[in-house]
Amino acid sequence: MHVSFSPRDEAFRDEVRAFFASEFPSELRQKIDRGIPLERDDYIGYQKLLHARGWFAADWPVEYGGTGWTPVQKYIYASEMAAAEAPDVVAFGVKMVGPVIYTFGSDEQKKRFLPDILESNVWWCQGYSEPGAGSDLASLKTRADLDGDAYVLNGTKTWTTLAQYADWIFVLARTNTDVARRQEGISFLLVDMQTPGITVRPIITLDGEHEVNEVHFEDVRVPVGNLVGEEGKGWTYGKVLLQHERTNLAGVGRSKARLRKLRNRCTEPVHGGQPLASDRNFMRRLAATEVELKALEFTELRTLAAVAAGKAPGPESSILKIKGTEVSQAIDALTMDAAGYYALPFVPGQYVDGFDESQFIGDGKEALTSLHYFNNRKASIYGGSNEIQKNIVAKHVLGL
Amino acid sequence: MDFSLNDMQAMLGESIDRFIANEYDFETRQAHAASERGFSPAVWQTFAELGWTVVPFAEADGGFDGTAVDLMVVMERLGRGLVVEPYLPNLVLAGGVLKRTATDAQRARWLQPLIGGERHAALAFAEPHARYGIGDIRTVARADGDGWRISGDKTYVLNARNAHDIVVPARVGDPSGDVGLFVVERAATGLEILDYPTVDGLQAADLRLRDVAVGADARLGAGDDALSVLETVVDEAILAVCAEAVGILQVLVDKTVDYSKNRVQFGVPIGSFQALQHRMVDMLTGLEQTRSLLWWATMTYAEGGDDAKRAVSAVKYQVGTTGRRIAEEAVQLHGGMGVTWELDVAHYFKRLIAIGRVFGDADWHLDKLAG
Repeated sequence: MHVSFSPRDEAFRDEVRAFFASEFPSELRQKIDRGIPLERDDYIGYQKLLHARGWFAADWPVEYGGTGWTPVQKYIYASEMAAAEAPDVVAFGVKMVGPVIYTFGSDEQKKRFLPDILESNVWWCQGYSEPGAGSDLASLKTRADLDGDAYVLNGTKTWTTLAQYADWIFVLARTNTDVARRQEGISFLLVDMQTPGITVRPIITLDGEHEVNEVHFEDVRVPVGNLVGEEGKGWTYGKVLLQHERTNLAGVGRSKARLRKLRNRCTEPVHGGQPLASDRNFMRRLAATEVELKALEFTELRTLAAVAAGKAPGPESSILKIKGTEVSQAIDALTMDAAGYYALPFVPGQYVDGFDESQFIGDGKEALTSLHYFNNRKASIYGGSNEIQKNIVAKHVLGL
Repeated sequence: MDFSLNDMQAMLGESIDRFIANEYDFETRQAHAASERGFSPAVWQTFAELGWTVVPFAEADGGFDGTAVDLMVVMERLGRGLVVEPYLPNLVLAGGVLKRTATDAQRARWLQPLIGGERHAALAFAEPHARYGIGDIRTVARADGDGWRISGDKTYVLNARNAHDIVVPARVGDPSGDVGLFVVERAATGLEILDYPTVDGLQAADLRLRDVAVGADARLGAGDDALSVLETVVDEAILAVCAEAVGILQVLVDKTVDYSKNRVQFGVPIGSFQALQHRMVDMLTGLEQTRSLLWWATMTYAEGGDDAKRAVSAVKYQVGTTGRRIAEEAVQLHGGMGVTWELDVAHYFKRLIAIGRVFGDADWHLDKLAG
């Protein structure tokens, strides 16, 4: 048993670290430091930069333009990206639909869709959840009925992240209602957002942001060539997609960077008054969260070590999502609590480019802390709520 | 990065597992705990014969040159078996001090027979007034001719009931002196041993030392930083009891899940109730998080990492909080049976509670981590 990386992996880490230190665009750095939300073009420019370095499709096989990295390298890459406070890439294309297409798609689909994903020419979004199908995804009602050379799509998808930017959407839709199990008869379709009959309606979240949407499909004609794999097997493909989400599932790197910043700030006087370090209760909560995060970091490394040794991840992988979101939400709360009264002003208008800094309420970041806290309540709800995760662990790990 | 055990560690672990499976069931454990000395001398001899007692010692002492990882392997297995034989007080605590400080003559007199299983020893690491402060020592050793006279009070001295030799930390000269370490043999005049069983089935004692005379050769490692030795030994002991705790927690989770599959109420196994399923998932999550911290702390300590001290406090805090919650849940999910003396789960619970407090409870260690 030992904890260090191999010299080769350490050299790789240094290379990644140097890249983010020197190549990460300064205008994005400024936006992130100021708390200004990144927009469509910011993400696309950033992703093209990563692609130029050959690192954008970190998880893809080499034959499709991926890196061919080992699990340890992927982990190091994601950790360094987080430590540099560089944003995650937008997952829907490169981490979600891409792997489904290269695993189950036809040659024609691979040729048609993969290059544009690699080059960030096309923005994808995810059509899974429905107003009546959240945690119980298999109860989805969106229908795709075959009519000549096209499926006719009718239904509503919801919680569709950044659909307002999207060029394409991947959709789970029911193609057969006469099935023994509800998971059967669901198909995986690729849909051009420009197709007539699609409307996108914003959903404003409790922090006032427009991040998610409802997407309505009314008699939307989807060419049969846009069906991935076999009709009725979409549920299986959708599950594969979830496996690709495994890497960096727990968000440990980002949580580490945030906690480190918070602890560093604790010795500074707050608005000319006492530093946070003088508040023992706060410092003890901070320390308790650090312990939880360190445990999680090693739980994730145990999973990684198992995968790197060619084994299936053990029971520890099942708890990453639960603990990862719990810890990140605990950090949200600590960060908000550190801001005191200055967590309360609702002033999203000061987080835009060119805002006059002399007009900041608080130090310019404090008023964001509550917005992040509110926004991130989603983390324990999305991707299969934490209660669903517990059902999964109870069934598949504990055998209950 | 490699989290697998090497062949030696795997063999060691398997041999202990086999012994517990074949010769150390719960009834046997209870019989040993209730016996005259509170453990089985025959079992202790077996430990020595099988080579388990040499694990924490250097080759020069006839040992195995074991690292913190090797000790972790042993202690986790002993935890699973809820073993009462005094591995920790003899080998990790008293042996830990002796191996770092004793001269050749002192090794021959106290350490060799300890490793060989012929003598028993203890380390008096706690004083009544000090709560969990290792360096908060009021016992004083005053020079007297060639030797020393030691006076003071010690509490929770594990294995003192059976110890031939007790390592006593004391301030040298006067209450503001440096810390020194002295071996007091049990027959010493002026030493009163008030022994008692503890809630977890082990044996401990309070000591009253009143002008206890020891020779010049009773002092260990004169000139060394004795306090730092003591703290190092206690850090290793913390890792050891935390490994024991992980073994205990594993058993508690396994037994609780098994029980929930077999216990039928309202016509169904209680494990089919979601309210209980989620609580058992929380138990499992807590166990795996605790194991992760134990591995991190043990490897960091073994590799001499900068944050070894923090790592030790972190895993101790975890065992005192999450570990305690898991153990309480195990009792709760066993219902009425969980609160009976008859059920093994209750005794695993009690040992876990004792571990949660020895060498500092969760609050004590969280306070260190808070900075």
